[in-house]
Amino acid sequence: MIPHWRPSASPAALRARAAMLAAVRDFFSRAGVLEVETPIASRCAGSDPALESLVTRWHWGSDAAGQPLFLHTSPEFPMKRLVAAGVGPIYQICKVFRDGERGRLHHPEFSLLEWYRPGWDYRRLMDEVAAVVRVVLGRPDLPTERLTYRTLFRERLGIDPWTAGCDDLRTRAAALAIADADSLDLDRDGWLDLLLTQCLQGQLGRGCLTFLCDYPPSQAALARLRQDEVEVAERFELYFEGVELANGFQELTDAAVQRARLQLDLETRCHQGRVTPPIDTAFLAALAAGMPETSGVAVGLDRLLMAVMNVRHIDAVLAFPVERA
Amino acid sequence: MASYSTSEFKSGLKIMLDGDPYNIVENEFVKPGKGQAFSRVRVRNLKTGRTVEKTFKSGDTVEAADVHDTDMQYLYNDGEQWHFMDPASFEQMTADATIVGDTAKWIKDNDICNVTLWNGLPLAVEPPNFVVLKIIETDPGLKGDTSGGGGKPATLETGAVVRVPLFVQSGELIRVDTRIGEYVSRAKE
Repeated sequence: MIPHWRPSASPAALRARAAMLAAVRDFFSRAGVLEVETPIASRCAGSDPALESLVTRWHWGSDAAGQPLFLHTSPEFPMKRLVAAGVGPIYQICKVFRDGERGRLHHPEFSLLEWYRPGWDYRRLMDEVAAVVRVVLGRPDLPTERLTYRTLFRERLGIDPWTAGCDDLRTRAAALAIADADSLDLDRDGWLDLLLTQCLQGQLGRGCLTFLCDYPPSQAALARLRQDEVEVAERFELYFEGVELANGFQELTDAAVQRARLQLDLETRCHQGRVTPPIDTAFLAALAAGMPETSGVAVGLDRLLMAVMNVRHIDAVLAFPVERA
Repeated sequence: MASYSTSEFKSGLKIMLDGDPYNIVENEFVKPGKGQAFSRVRVRNLKTGRTVEKTFKSGDTVEAADVHDTDMQYLYNDGEQWHFMDPASFEQMTADATIVGDTAKWIKDNDICNVTLWNGLPLAVEPPNFVVLKIIETDPGLKGDTSGGGGKPATLETGAVVRVPLFVQSGELIRVDTRIGEYVSRAKE
């Protein structure tokens, strides 16, 4: 059999990618945001239980076996170290890697645009995200809306995601005809993820940019918490035409709280019998040294390009998907 | 028993669900950036032909179904059972009406059929895509009509009824596409 040597992206998609990258760089150049590069392969890795790193080995020195180097799932830790070092607003365009992810909207390596705005509130950052996306889509008048996580679940599903228990969520999922909901074994956040992905996400960002914000504290990841009527994580995701394009935070800057969260993540991973990478102590030291209040966001550029090209499958915007790589 | 993890799911994979063999028709990987991953699949029950949706948590495993297709020669029908033979091993197997289904109206002795085996026993039987069968009854039709327009019903030696052009007569052999149940052409022995 002749191997698939041809690209899976059309020439138009390849040109659109180059145009997108040029537009993004132009945007940040005008905005006075510095382009940076940080390591792709690190001795430490993110501990997020929802993500799995690809690992390679570095051979140097006396250890013949070499030491593991984790390919980053996002450049967030080293970029925050740069922010803590006082370099000001920064952005990066890089490939990131996630093991065990493949589908219509997922590919084990993909292009991320990530940036940090020291001194900015996450609401102001959402406006800038909308501005960048509008430029890339070439739709300056595309409207935006903001919706809190709690409002979304309350209004569309009649559930309060802060108080509903696993049994309530399971019952709701089964009532909404999610196939096999009864037989799934999920934790509380797993049920919320199921309802979000199967019942809600598809309706978000129809003809507009929808920012879903203020997540349950159990889904804070690296976001700061705020006490409202309930405690919320100052986190947002951007949805356009039913697809998640971006995730942003009012960054957690408290080193002690951050350390506790990383340790909790590692315990979860250990409990699940998964790899537990070493904690990034340099990142924690940077927070301890005093990182300014900062908001940061990561945008999936391949999915953004899918929106530009109006295609359904990520392979249509990749030169060579992993099966042909 | 072999099993598959959700990351091995792809269309065409045969799996066991609730004691029945299923074929995966479509598999979609669903995952929020910071959350639980799922596999949403459409599966077809190989016994009933019904298609349903299922959702799995990523990393879940399901039992593999021991299902595979093989070519077998149809030998005869004893009134209740259809008898088939593996042309390589000469091993014989039987299948009843629930398994043979509509295929019965297309096959005659010695035809090579595609038999789906589950745990070594027939689960479904597909006729060849094209079969040659004799017409045992059809209206005489008009002499000289060669247009083929309109057509008329013809009963075949296996009992199947297909529409044929007016010029085709009783006793003739015709070629039929079994996938759509339609006349293709006249045929020689």
